[in-house]
Amino acid sequence: MATQHNDSLLRFMTCGSVDDGKSTLIGRLLYDTKTILADTLNNIARTSQKRGMEAVDLSLLTDGLQAEREQGITIDVAYRYFSTGTRKYIIADAPGHEQYTRNMVTAASTANLAIILIDARKGVLTQTRRHSYLAHLVGIPHIVVAVNKMDLVNYDQAVYEKIKADYIAFATEIGLAQAREIKFMPMSALNGDMLVDRLDNMPWYQGETLIDILEAAPAAHSEQSEAFRFPVQFVCRPHDSANPDLHDFRGFMGRVEAGEISVGDAVTVLPNGYQSKVKAIQLGAEQLQSAQTEQSVTLLLEDEIDTSRGDMIVKTSEAPEAVKQIEAHVCWLSETPLSPARTYIVRHTTRESKAKIGSIQYKVDVNTLEHLASADLKMNDIARVTFKLAQPLMVDSYDKNRATGAFIVIDESSNNTVGAGMIV
Amino acid sequence: MTTKQPLSHLDWLEAEAIHILREVAGQCANPVLLFSGGKDSLCILRLAEKAFRPGRFPFPLLHIDTGHNYQEVVQFRDQRAAELGERLIVRSVEDSMQRGTVVLKTPDEPRNKHQSVTLLEAIEEFGFDCCIGGARRDEEKARAKERIMSFRDEFGQWDPKNQRPELWNLYNARVHKGENIRAFPISNWTEMDVWQYIERENLALPSIYFAHQRDIVMRHGSIFPVNVPLANGDLINQPKAGEEVINMQVRFRTVGDITCTAPVISDAADVSKIVLETATTTITERGATRLDDQTSDASMEQRKKEGYF
Repeated sequence: MATQHNDSLLRFMTCGSVDDGKSTLIGRLLYDTKTILADTLNNIARTSQKRGMEAVDLSLLTDGLQAEREQGITIDVAYRYFSTGTRKYIIADAPGHEQYTRNMVTAASTANLAIILIDARKGVLTQTRRHSYLAHLVGIPHIVVAVNKMDLVNYDQAVYEKIKADYIAFATEIGLAQAREIKFMPMSALNGDMLVDRLDNMPWYQGETLIDILEAAPAAHSEQSEAFRFPVQFVCRPHDSANPDLHDFRGFMGRVEAGEISVGDAVTVLPNGYQSKVKAIQLGAEQLQSAQTEQSVTLLLEDEIDTSRGDMIVKTSEAPEAVKQIEAHVCWLSETPLSPARTYIVRHTTRESKAKIGSIQYKVDVNTLEHLASADLKMNDIARVTFKLAQPLMVDSYDKNRATGAFIVIDESSNNTVGAGMIV
Repeated sequence: MTTKQPLSHLDWLEAEAIHILREVAGQCANPVLLFSGGKDSLCILRLAEKAFRPGRFPFPLLHIDTGHNYQEVVQFRDQRAAELGERLIVRSVEDSMQRGTVVLKTPDEPRNKHQSVTLLEAIEEFGFDCCIGGARRDEEKARAKERIMSFRDEFGQWDPKNQRPELWNLYNARVHKGENIRAFPISNWTEMDVWQYIERENLALPSIYFAHQRDIVMRHGSIFPVNVPLANGDLINQPKAGEEVINMQVRFRTVGDITCTAPVISDAADVSKIVLETATTTITERGATRLDDQTSDASMEQRKKEGYF
């Protein structure tokens, strides 16, 4: 029942090339889970008719903007929602078109699962390779390869098996198959085979439907245990309050980015290195005994420690290093190229530092995965870059921790977010 | 100690929204929270309590009053701000009309879109660099594309083709003087999530959200409330000649300007019944209820480009 309260949440993304049927897949998922309401359906039925289509085009659901409707293309990442009654889903809908790398990286950054669509008629394409590489780079924990448009190859099992074998060979080549469990499934997003309903066109496939896979995928952070990381967002000192109990209140507010913390745990505040113990954990008016990853809480420590936004509270036994140089995979997001001569701002958790480019070690050709020399970075480029930092950052490698291993690069003159970094 | 039990979806959404509110407080010099007294902004008030208590909110509350708001909602707005002990700023579209910055085509025209002008005037008057709002991406398809920290230029304009990329939970609320950020802590919530949260947190709401008797007429296929009293005693939305006034049991799914917000037929008199009704409805929240969204496929997008929320 859709009114249940204790559903968990899964964020996922879809990728594939332009005509792989991504919008149709999302439209079909929303339709089959009864997320599309009558008035929306009427709207797209009217538009389908206006465009001279016979059936209702479910892919129209995902075209939100005027320019997208005019040109029939998707411009930017959009977020969509549906719920099954046991789980709430957030879909990051990244266009397969132009600007693919930056959109893909953006959508992937919050996704816990990626559905990689392959057109059954075309098999593993350059786009498939590119998207798989990016999903691997951005560390999406779960990969589902959906061989779509099975209806156009007569639901032929041999076609599916061939594509599956090809993909495994390629995924092994890039290290993806070794790093992740990859699930495969045949489907027809257009007709709805194997999304929510099995239908009866592919009796030879006895595996899970897409919704089965989505329902069973572990939520982020429920899988591995991580070191506790608590970047301080805001310090609460209500000393002007009339309430004498609050005179000495000093709460460190933030989100548990990784790991768990309990009352009584020994902690260290970085970068100054002061040590204390957790006196209390609060969520609003509620007192908690412990807090887990992704919870936004307030920590009170036993000692008065001078701590401000940008500091990080960690468990004394598992402190990260504070570093003034980082090496990272960077995806350049901006039309203005990265200039090694300029100074940028790096934002890592709640901390910012000015940064200079140490070196661009190599650029990756996302089609061939070759390493190339390069003097600058243009939009959609992926490269391995070193940064020299003005302030120390408390970092983990991205493959250990997606929260404390990630950063964005900001252009000080435009204030725009121009780069995304994953620390090696 | 290690539970490894994932957070429930409401706990997750709450934690994300608190994180966003604290990022605003941490990054912005002079933010403000847009508060209308409606269900979404009431959720945000609860989230702000969880984010900042026992401290005060690091921002005042701002309501842009069209002058055509339901009295029950305006009273509720004032009462809630007083209970919280937070500062409430009210700026009205009628003042903008007097200044001549809002010019109505017809006196009874919906004033919803004119709120953008008054909002931008308030932003300039107080020098706000960030406005926190209760918009959700599930409301409308232009909203589905909007960032959580959404950049607006000095004219308050949103450029959907040139948005800041938003990755992980690293938000970028930096602006130059005159520009501002619109921050949407409940972007990832749906109408259902809002009602479930209201139920869980036991939040009080203006009475017009619950089933009540009201005079209506049927106009352009929608239920249209008529003879609604304003604070000054005037009645707004007079029925037109030939329209039959019916007294009907209705409730509002969304609360806005009286001239363009329609109720739905309902007997849901408490939150748990509304949750059930929301689960089984076949019409979107704005589909039946917001007359101003229906003028064209892109009316929300157009208004947002002009500075609307």
